[in-house]
Amino acid sequence: MSIPKYKTAPLKVWAKAKELREKYYKNYMTAHDTGGLRWAGGAWSFGAIPAGLGRDVYPLTGEPYGASIAFKKDFSLKCLEAVERKGYARDLCSYMRNYWGSIILDEFAFGGKFPKPDFHFQDHICCSHSKWYQVASELEGGIPSHSIDVSVGPYIDVNKSKIDYIVAQMHDSIEWLEKTTGREYNDDLLIEAVENEFRSTARWAEICVMNKARPAPLDEKTMYSLYVLGTLAKHDGEFADFYDELRDEVQWRLDNGIAAVEHEVVRLMSDTQPPWGFLKIFRYLESFGAVSIGSLYTFGLIGIFEDKPDGSWGARETPMQKGIKIESRDQALRLMADWNLSKPEWQHFYSPHLKSKMMLKIAKEWHVDGVMLHYNRGCEGLSLGIAENRLALIEAGYPVMTYEGNMGDEREFDESQTMSRMESFMETLGLNQLAV
Amino acid sequence: MISVGIDVGAKNINIVVLKDTELLGKGAAPSGFEAKDNADKLLNEILEECKISREDINLITATGSGRKDIDFANKKVTDVTAVTKGAISINPNIRTIIDVGAEEGRGIRLDENGKVIDFAVNEKCAAGSGAFVESMSRALEIPITEFGPLSLESDAEIPMNAQCAVFAESEVVSLVHSSTEKKDIAKAITDAIAARISSMIRKVGFESEIAVVGGVAYNVGFIRSIQDHLDREVLIPESPEYISAFGAALMSEN
Repeated sequence: MSIPKYKTAPLKVWAKAKELREKYYKNYMTAHDTGGLRWAGGAWSFGAIPAGLGRDVYPLTGEPYGASIAFKKDFSLKCLEAVERKGYARDLCSYMRNYWGSIILDEFAFGGKFPKPDFHFQDHICCSHSKWYQVASELEGGIPSHSIDVSVGPYIDVNKSKIDYIVAQMHDSIEWLEKTTGREYNDDLLIEAVENEFRSTARWAEICVMNKARPAPLDEKTMYSLYVLGTLAKHDGEFADFYDELRDEVQWRLDNGIAAVEHEVVRLMSDTQPPWGFLKIFRYLESFGAVSIGSLYTFGLIGIFEDKPDGSWGARETPMQKGIKIESRDQALRLMADWNLSKPEWQHFYSPHLKSKMMLKIAKEWHVDGVMLHYNRGCEGLSLGIAENRLALIEAGYPVMTYEGNMGDEREFDESQTMSRMESFMETLGLNQLAV
Repeated sequence: MISVGIDVGAKNINIVVLKDTELLGKGAAPSGFEAKDNADKLLNEILEECKISREDINLITATGSGRKDIDFANKKVTDVTAVTKGAISINPNIRTIIDVGAEEGRGIRLDENGKVIDFAVNEKCAAGSGAFVESMSRALEIPITEFGPLSLESDAEIPMNAQCAVFAESEVVSLVHSSTEKKDIAKAITDAIAARISSMIRKVGFESEIAVVGGVAYNVGFIRSIQDHLDREVLIPESPEYISAFGAALMSEN
C-alpha cells in the first residue's frame, strides 16, 4: 500500500477558538459582578430565547460542561463518586452525573465554587434531559426551571400543528423568563440571536462538507474542539463570526491542498461522543495512516443539513439566504423551531433507521473506508439503536469496529483493550503502524 | 529461512519455529509476570532441541496480548491477524474461526480469500474463556483434563449464568449442595461457555468451515456444546493452542 504524504499546517483560528471558550466560562462565572444574569441548560436548548433578556445574560450548557469535567479525570472521578454517594445510579447519563457532582462538591471545573445559575432553561430531547435540571434545581436549593417539550417526531413528519405546539411553549417561556428575572424582553435581541444561530449552525455544516475532500482538511479530534463552540452558545454573534472565519480558513486549506494529517491512507468515520478522557485514540489511529474524518455526531449535533437537488448532503440554506427578513417574535420562534427540528442528531431519537440512512450518506459522500462505533454507555440517547446502525453499515459493505466505553466515566473505558482492538481493526484494513 | 512465532497469551506462551513453512520445533511455558524473560528462555530451549542458534533465525514475530513485551521480536501482529494466518494456512476453506484462550474468546469471519470481514472479541467476561473452565474444575475438584470427557457423560440440560463467572461459580456451589451429579454440572458449565461464545460468533456471522482453536479446543464437552449451539460441525486443527504462534511465524512470508 503506498503511503501518501500531504502538506499540513496548524489551524490559524485555533487560538481564537480557545480564547472564545475560556471567555465563555469566564463570562458565566463573573456575570453577577456586573449585574448580569446566568442561566444553565442543555446544549440543545433554544438558547436564543434567553438572549432576548439582554446582552449581559450568559449560559452554561450542561453537556459540554460535563465533557470538560470528563477530560479532567481526577475531578471527574470525584464528581461521579459524589453522585453515587447521594444514591444516584451509575448507569445514568455520565455528563449529567459529572454536572451534578460538580454541584454537590460545590466545585467548578474552571476554578472556584460552582456558580449557581439564576434559572434553568432546558428542552426535553431525551429522558436524561428531562430530569437533569429538575435534580440540579433540587441540589442547588430550588433554582427556577423551565423546559420545553420537543417530542414531536422526526423532521420528515413535521407539520404546522407540531411547530405550533413548540412555538406556543416558546411564547410561554418568554413570559416565564420575564416573570422570573423581572426583566423586560427585547425582541430585537431575540431576532439577532436567532439569525446568529442560523449562521453558526449552517456554517459548521458547510465546514463539515469541505471534509469530503481527500485529503481531509480537518480531522475529527480537531473538529471536537471546533464544534464545541456551537454547543456552548450557537446564538452568540462572536461564535457565528468565528464559524465564518473558520469556514474561510478551511476553504483556504482545501484550495492549497493542506491536509489535517500528513499520511491519510484510509478514512474512518466514528459515531457518538468519544471517551473524552482518551482522545489520544485518534492520534493512535493516525499512526497507522487512518484519519477519522468526522461522524454524524460531530457533523450533525450542531450542523444543520439538508438534501441538495443533486442528492448530496449539504448545509441547509438559512432563512436569510432565502431572503426572509425576520420581523416579529412569532416569526423568529417559528423559524427557530423548524430549524432545530431538522437537526440530524435529533432524528434518530425516533428511529435507528433514520440514523443509518444518514450514516450511510456520510460514509458514501465522505469516502469512508471503515467505521468505528463507540458503544457509549454514558449516553443512552445517542447510543440508542447503534447496533442496528452497525448492521446497516456492514450490509452496505463497510468494515465496522465496535468498542465499549463511556464518554464521561473513565471507569467504563478499557484503554489497552480498546487500543488492541483498534490495532486489530487497522490490520484488517491492511494497515500497519507507519515507520515515519 | 528460519522464522519464529511467539504467542504471548494471558496465561501461556506458545512458540513455533519454522524452516520455511515446515515445523522445526514448538513449546509452551507459563507467561508469568516476566513474559519477556520467560519467552526468551523458552525460545532458547526450543532452539537447543532443534540444534539451531539464535543467529540462524531470520525473523521473530510476536503476537498475543503480551506481544508488546517481546522487544527482541522483529515484528508484532495482533491475535486476529496471526490466528487467521495460521488457520487458513492449515485449511484455506475456513471461513469462521473461534479462538478461545485462557482469558479471551474471539470470533473471526473470513471471506473466500482469507481476508477478515469482521471480528468480535470477548475480553471483559471470564464466562467465555478457559480461565472459567479451570476455575470450575477446581470448584468441582476434578482435573481439567477430565472436565470435558466427564461432561460428555451427561445429557442433562441445566441452565447456568452465561454472563458472569463469579455468579456462575456460586451456582455451581448451589448445584453441588443440591447433590447434582458432577457430570451434569460439568455439562452445564460447558453449555454456558458455548452459549456465551456462540452469541459472540452470531454477532459477526458464521459459515462453514468453522475452526475452533486455542486451548479450550481440547475440551471435548465444549466442542459438543458449541456444535449444538451453532448446529454445525467444527474442525479442530492439530495442536490448536499453537495456531496463533504458527500464524505469527508464517508472517515472515509477507
